[in-house]
Amino acid sequence: MKQQELIRLVLVALVFGLLALLPLIPANDRLMALAVPIAMYAVLATSWSLFSGPTHYISLATAAFYGVGAYTLANGLEVFSYPLLLLMAALLGGGLAALVGMTTLRLSGVYFVIFTLGLAELIRQLVTWYQNNFTGSRGSYVFTDITEAQIYWQLLGLLALVFLLGWLINRSRLGFAIRIIGNDELVARHSGINTARTKVLLFILSGAFAAVVGAVMAPRFVYVEPSMAFSPQLSFMVVVMALLGGVHRLWGPLLGVVPFAIVWELIAANFPGQTVLFMGLAFLVVVYFIPQGVAGVLEQQLHKIRQRRGG
Amino acid sequence: MNKPTVLEVRNLTRRFGGLVAVNNISFDVHEHEVVGLIGPNGSGKTTTMNLISGALPPSSGEIWLGDTCISRLPARRIARSGVARTFQLVRMLPSLSILENVKAGAVFGHQQLWGSELDHHARRLLERVGVMHDPDAPTSSLTYIDQKRVELARALASNPRVLLLDEWLAGLNPTELQQGIELIADLRDEGRTILLVEHVMDAIRSLCDRCVVMSSGSKISEGGTEDVLSDAAVIEAYLGKDDE
Amino acid sequence: MVILLTGLFLGGIYALIAMGLSLQYGVARIMNLASGEMLVAGAFAGFWVYTAFSVSPYVALFFVVPLAFAFNWLIYNWLLLPLVRRAKNRGQLEVDSILATFGMSFVLVGVMLMAFGGSYFSYSWLARPIELLGSNYSQNRVLAFAVAAVICGGLYLLINRTRLGLSIRAVAVDPRAAGLVAIDVKKVAALTFALGGAVAAAGGTLLSTFLTFDASIGVVFTIKALVIVIMGGVGDIRGAIVAALALGLAETLVATLLDPGLTLAAAYLLFILILLFRPQGLFGRSAL
Ligand SMILES: Nc1ncnc2c1ncn2[C@@H]1O[C@H](COP(=O)(O)OP(=O)(O)OP(=O)(O)O)[C@@H](O)[C@H]1O
Ligand SMILES: [Mg+2]
Repeated sequence: MKQQELIRLVLVALVFGLLALLPLIPANDRLMALAVPIAMYAVLATSWSLFSGPTHYISLATAAFYGVGAYTLANGLEVFSYPLLLLMAALLGGGLAALVGMTTLRLSGVYFVIFTLGLAELIRQLVTWYQNNFTGSRGSYVFTDITEAQIYWQLLGLLALVFLLGWLINRSRLGFAIRIIGNDELVARHSGINTARTKVLLFILSGAFAAVVGAVMAPRFVYVEPSMAFSPQLSFMVVVMALLGGVHRLWGPLLGVVPFAIVWELIAANFPGQTVLFMGLAFLVVVYFIPQGVAGVLEQQLHKIRQRRGG
Repeated sequence: MNKPTVLEVRNLTRRFGGLVAVNNISFDVHEHEVVGLIGPNGSGKTTTMNLISGALPPSSGEIWLGDTCISRLPARRIARSGVARTFQLVRMLPSLSILENVKAGAVFGHQQLWGSELDHHARRLLERVGVMHDPDAPTSSLTYIDQKRVELARALASNPRVLLLDEWLAGLNPTELQQGIELIADLRDEGRTILLVEHVMDAIRSLCDRCVVMSSGSKISEGGTEDVLSDAAVIEAYLGKDDE
Repeated sequence: MVILLTGLFLGGIYALIAMGLSLQYGVARIMNLASGEMLVAGAFAGFWVYTAFSVSPYVALFFVVPLAFAFNWLIYNWLLLPLVRRAKNRGQLEVDSILATFGMSFVLVGVMLMAFGGSYFSYSWLARPIELLGSNYSQNRVLAFAVAAVICGGLYLLINRTRLGLSIRAVAVDPRAAGLVAIDVKKVAALTFALGGAVAAAGGTLLSTFLTFDASIGVVFTIKALVIVIMGGVGDIRGAIVAALALGLAETLVATLLDPGLTLAAAYLLFILILLFRPQGLFGRSAL
């Protein structure tokens, strides 16, 4: 058992190491243009699943956290150092998640979905209004000397961190508690679990990660404006990718992110009007054909093969 | 009775809109005692259990566990102070294994274990309640009585001061019923304090030291099991009902 | 005064849209997040009828309502009923139906984008002023409100005064018990879902007479309708009407006094306040 885990750890480290070499390939512009969004969605979808996987709460707040992170960086760049800004983004994103979680997580799932759906829109309207009336500009420029490769490496680092945290949580009491809550909240309460605190804690974690991703991505925009930073499409992308991959495993969302992002880029390049349709179809496929995601299908097949070998 | 009181229910009332589901109920449960809470369908037994375990807040009245008042506490705090329960309709945690279902009771409650200690504890309990199944299998592979056993093991896992069993014996066939009664009798001999809701007369007679009888939300009788069951008011409450 | 009446007119139409959603959620137990897209489809129909045949956009209602009814009936029976059947519990149905209707909503937006393109649409019809209580209002808004009020009234009578309405209410309260007294729960749920869709589409046609819209604006109305339904209390028609009027008023207030860009923000603030202080809805009785 211990040895198996060690081997797995080494393998994962190896894969990350290889992925980190990607930007060193010469003339890699097109490759990086795909690799950065994939890495970004990988972090977002995996951290989203930390909370939404076990609890089945569909959070559409990703764009809100992401936007908060992007704005933190854009507005603080002249005052604070870059690492400090990332930390601030994490704190602000986590703080926002705490507020949202405390008001809505004690209510039923529908309320939560609706609330998070509107949250990004609410913040976007407020920021736009503030900018129009008080700063007189519609956005802010982000000038840094951060390169595409550096953004990619940061995202890769974040992904490693999400995996490490997810792995630790799965082995901890916190992870056990959230799984019990996802199964039956009443039983959880009667077993002595502080359900509200547990849910909020994990929601804070996923919010903080989304905010840091927003901050890391901001230099790539060059010009940060509300409709881009708080785009609701981002939230939906994260949800559909994570579910497509499968949220019951830590590595599940990855299996959704990579193919979806590639197909998405293809469609966006060739039929720019049809991305929405594609997203809708992906949602329907998830619900009607692979409710356990690609990971679930894979596990089923593996199970079958093993059984055949055994019997 | 000179044994110390573990659970003390004082003037407990609970309303649902205009309906008074539990009406000014008082009773005590002493240490090492098995008390039956009986009464016809809809008389408020489950609601009483829900009030004690904190699933619902009472409209008025108090519940004491030892010398702490638990009637205003949230369910998780009540669980931690030592009240564990099973549900009238079995509640498994379907995506968890059998063993994990039992562990769930021993990590956050009255007793908090983790690691290999937790593992041993949960396995011992599965054996104790008589589940011979592969502990790592999903709960969906269990028979009905085994699911009830796992639920009982989960409740026992926290080593509670009071165990609440809501019709734990309902829906079993005669052989299983016999095994079930023996299991609870074992728990009694072990010195557990149990409050149980039950309709099965055989079980009540052989298990309960005392009974509290409810009808339409009110307590209509209390005392030694035999005395209570021959009480005229109790017989009247049950007559016309086809429970027995 | 102007704000009050303008808000009231807007709120009347919101009430209609919210009633459609409330019916669907209360009876068929499906939170239909594609409801806004039905509305946009209705708006396109109004636009098409007016620009292609230069007749009153209200003519569109004559085919929008039956078509939307049939379309939603099919959606319920083909796409949603399988989810109801496979759901092991209410929570799973909730998640599944949220995801499925999100999917449908995106597909509908995609189809409408394909058919009409991504630009904004509006037309000018009955844009003449009418004087009410000393101020001027545009006639198309007043008429839309009147028609919305009539439809709302009709729905209210249908639900409270007819046999079908009785079955609908019975299923809303307790589907199992309704089944026991020989109500065909599945049929009632499908009919109600279809009815809700038809109402939303009708609301869209009304809105198109005075509002600029585009293929992807549906989600805004879905959010507003959801906010109203939750504010009013699920399944509470009276609450929904009051909440809709309140929302219409609040939006008009914010738009005229602060900034038209903040209307959704206003709706949200109302929503948050309700969630914090009265999660059971304005008139809902608490469980205690
Ligand atoms: N959450 C609730 N809301 C409204 N009424 C309730 C609620 N829970 C219970 N009741 C009502 O309270 C009364 C008592 O119910 P309870 O479940 O406590 O009875 P019981 O004695 O456990 O019956 P049974 O033997 O059938 O299990 C019933 O009339 C029931 O309908
Ligand atoms: Mg009961």
